[in-house]
Amino acid sequence: MAGKSVRGPVLIAALRKELLLQWRSRAQFMAVFVFGAAALLLFSFAVGPVAEMLRQFSAGFLWLGLLLSSTLTLAESFHAEMENRALEGLLLLPANPRALYYGKAIANWLQLILLGIALVPVMVVLYDAGTTHIGQLVLVIALGTAGLSAPGTLYAAMTAQVRSKQTLLPLLLFPLIVPALLASVKATSLTILGDPMNQSSAWIILLVAFDAIYWSLCGLLFSRVVEE
Amino acid sequence: MIAFQRGGLLIGKRRLKAVTYRTPGGDSDLLATRPHLNDTARCMPTSADVDAKNLARRYGRRWALADVSFSLAGGSVLMVAGPNGSGKSTLLRTLATAIRPDGGSARVGGFDVLREREDVRKLLALLSHSSYLYDSLTARQNLAVVADHLGRSRSGIDALLERVTLGGRADDTVATFSAGMRKRLSFARVLLQEPRVALLDEPYGQLDPEGFLLVEDVVRELKAGGTTVIIATHQLARAAIVADEAMLLEAGRVKWRGKASEVPC
Repeated sequence: MAGKSVRGPVLIAALRKELLLQWRSRAQFMAVFVFGAAALLLFSFAVGPVAEMLRQFSAGFLWLGLLLSSTLTLAESFHAEMENRALEGLLLLPANPRALYYGKAIANWLQLILLGIALVPVMVVLYDAGTTHIGQLVLVIALGTAGLSAPGTLYAAMTAQVRSKQTLLPLLLFPLIVPALLASVKATSLTILGDPMNQSSAWIILLVAFDAIYWSLCGLLFSRVVEE
Repeated sequence: MIAFQRGGLLIGKRRLKAVTYRTPGGDSDLLATRPHLNDTARCMPTSADVDAKNLARRYGRRWALADVSFSLAGGSVLMVAGPNGSGKSTLLRTLATAIRPDGGSARVGGFDVLREREDVRKLLALLSHSSYLYDSLTARQNLAVVADHLGRSRSGIDALLERVTLGGRADDTVATFSAGMRKRLSFARVLLQEPRVALLDEPYGQLDPEGFLLVEDVVRELKAGGTTVIIATHQLARAAIVADEAMLLEAGRVKWRGKASEVPC
């Protein structure tokens, strides 16, 4: 089993490669951010100019914007791997599939955290949804995006070689992440609107539990997805 | 009880797990029996590094490999030729564990390509039709990715790039490379792996005449280092210069096997 476990140096090598690839395609991050910001703007039109309603729905809209943007980021993360069958090249080295998965999932997670943090000021401006609990908001974004990244990376690998991957990825991903999305929206909403009953910690614990399940299960399944 | 296991000698109740080798002719079986020794095996040329028996692989209903059996002695160079669709690439990809066989069996360095994929992969390098390169990274970064995943030092990368005459383009992205330059970089990738078995699929493709000489030098260098090389190619005359043996495939079957200098045209 030693060969099947994730070895630190290989994980670091995989993560380093992913961050390098992301840095090389950093212009794409801007495009995804603009897409997310545009989505938040359009959602605000759906509610209308009622300030209280905008503020009430802000958390849900933030996560919807993040969710839609994340499908672009996740689908694109396997583009470079499939271009010249680079992923197959790594597997034949042999690189541990689990290390490759966690390297990519962590890199995607970091990118989604950045995206989430970048969308917060847009949300504050459009929905008047400011909060003084910045630390808790960042924590919820980090945990929520972890719930998007782990299954998203697995499904992105599954759909990477399919012609209609941009359609298939959300179809597969969205139903799976409903519990994590629900917990993220609730925890964010309580952070923004106030939490007199101290309910947010329960949602955060639920989020941590789902993250643990996603990250462990998806890591186990990845080698079956990428190996023939 | 003393027993050998993968990775070293163990004392316990485990039995010796042995591997059988065959000669290229296939007549005199069992020339050597040895335990699975991973890193040790890599350094020790053996009687047969590649051994395929009734290997078969199909895509849908079509059999790309119908029934291929051959053995190849350690440190020798085999040229595999045949018309398009005869199964050359499928054979190499099956041996490289990139695809699974649908029938028969194959061993590389004593390890089964179906059941001991990770061990096989540690021994070999595949020069594929696909370059396995990241277009958005530079030549140096591409080799650094391979070195990092293999846990090797990056110090030899510049020398390797010089070796394949890409020293001056080390910091250019692969996206700006011609097909021939990509092929040269893929060769550097193979050399970086220091394989015991090198599988070269169309190594002459996209290369200029100078590149042909590079391929010949690299194959000679690999052979001198004890590496077993299989070259799948249409460049029969070129490959015959460096190959010891040749095998002609047709419709997924071995049509002819003999010395490289005696390949029927």
